[in-house]
Amino acid sequence: MLTSTYQPGTSLLHRCGAGVKLLGLLVFSTLLVGFRSPVVVLVGFVLVVALYAVAGFGVRAVGGQAWPLRWFVLFLVPFQWWTGGWRMVVVVVGTLVVAVVGAAFVTLTTRVSDLLDVITRVLEPARKIGVDPDRAALLLALTIRAVPVIAATLHEARDARRARGLERSTRALVTPVVVRTIRHADRVGDALAARGIDD
Amino acid sequence: MIRIEGVSHRYGEREVLKDIDLSLVEDRVGVIGANGSGKSTLARLLNGLVVPSTGRVLVDGLDTARDGAGVRRKVAFVFSDPDAQIIMPTVAEDVAFSLRRLGLDKAEVAGRVSDVLVRFGLGGHADHPAHLLSSGQKQLLALASVLVTEPAVLVCDEPTTLLDLRNSRQVADLIAGLAQRVVLITHDLDLLHGWARVLVIDEGQVVADGPAEQSIAHYRSLMATGRPC
Repeated sequence: MLTSTYQPGTSLLHRCGAGVKLLGLLVFSTLLVGFRSPVVVLVGFVLVVALYAVAGFGVRAVGGQAWPLRWFVLFLVPFQWWTGGWRMVVVVVGTLVVAVVGAAFVTLTTRVSDLLDVITRVLEPARKIGVDPDRAALLLALTIRAVPVIAATLHEARDARRARGLERSTRALVTPVVVRTIRHADRVGDALAARGIDD
Repeated sequence: MIRIEGVSHRYGEREVLKDIDLSLVEDRVGVIGANGSGKSTLARLLNGLVVPSTGRVLVDGLDTARDGAGVRRKVAFVFSDPDAQIIMPTVAEDVAFSLRRLGLDKAEVAGRVSDVLVRFGLGGHADHPAHLLSSGQKQLLALASVLVTEPAVLVCDEPTTLLDLRNSRQVADLIAGLAQRVVLITHDLDLLHGWARVLVIDEGQVVADGPAEQSIAHYRSLMATGRPC
C-alpha cells in the first residue's frame, strides 16, 4: 500500500473524502478477515476490480498492485494447500491479495497529505495521553518517502557490488545500504530541523 | 541583519570555527573555502541548526540559541542533496508540507503552492512523484519548498554540487533573481562573480572578506600556494 503513488484523476472515487475511503477500507478488510469465506473473497475481488474500473484504472493496474506479492503468494499457496486444502488457499491467500490491492486503491486515488490530515484528526484525542498527532503523521510521511530512497540505494549498492566482482557477497550489499540509509536519515533530520518542521 | 559575535564552535575536541565576528548586511554574501574549513558549520549557525559553543548569532535581533524556531521562520536553508530534503511523495504535497503549521486554509495553501511551482518552472509537475524528478528539478523543488514560507534570508549550502552544468546554471540564475537576502556556500566560484561580498574561510577563520573578485583571487592563491596573495 505504501509504495503506491497517487494517480491524479477526476473520478467520483478520486473526489471522495480520504476519511470515507479509509473507513471503507477498514470495513472491507474486517469483513474479508472476519468471514473467512471463499465467496466473500470472490465478491471482494469483484468489488475491488469494479472500483479500479470506476476510478479509470485498467486491469493492469490491479495486476501491478498484486505483483509485488508474488513471492509471498508462491510460498503461501503450497503451504496453505498442504495444511487446509484449496479452500484455505482461497481464503488466506485471496484475502491477503484482495486486501492489499484494495489498500493500494486508496493510495492511488488519495493524496498522502489528505491521508495525513485524516490521521492527524483521528489521533487528536490521543494528545491527552501524550501522542503528538502531527508527529505521528510526519512519521508516516517519512516512512512513505523512505521507500523509493532505500530502493534506489539498494539498486546502486547492487550495481557497485557487481562492478567490483562481488556478486555473491552479502556484506558488499548490506554494509553500504545500511551506512547510506543511516546517513540519509541524518540528513533528513537536518533538513526537517532546517525547515522548522519540528519546532 | 545577521550578527555573529565572538563565535567559536567545537565538534568534540576539534575546533571548527575560531572566534568569528561578522555583520552580514549585504543582499548577497558568498562563502568559500576548502573542504573541512568550517564554512558549512558557519552556514548552519545562521538558522540555528548548529548552536555555537561560545559567542552568539543574532538574526534581526533573535538569538539562534534562545529562539531557534523564530530564527528558522526568518532563515530558510537548502542543502546540496535535495533527496534528503524532500519529505512528501508528490511535488505539490512537498511544497504544501512547509505550510502545514502556518494555519492557512486549503485554498490559500493551494494558491501559494501553485504560484511557487509556476515560478520555479515546476507548474506542470505538481502531481508527479517527487523522487522521479531530475536532480535539477529536485533542487528547484527543495528551493520552492523552503521559499514558499517567504523567509527573509536563504542560506544555500553547496546547492549546485550534485548538478550538471545546465541544472547548475538554472539553480544559480534562480538564486540570483530572488528577492531574499542570500548566503551562498559554494565551491563553484563562477556563481559568485559580481557579488558584493565573499568570505574566505580557512581552518575555521575568516581569512578574506571583500568583493567577489578580491576574495576569489585570495582563495585561489591560498589553494595553490598555501599562502594568501
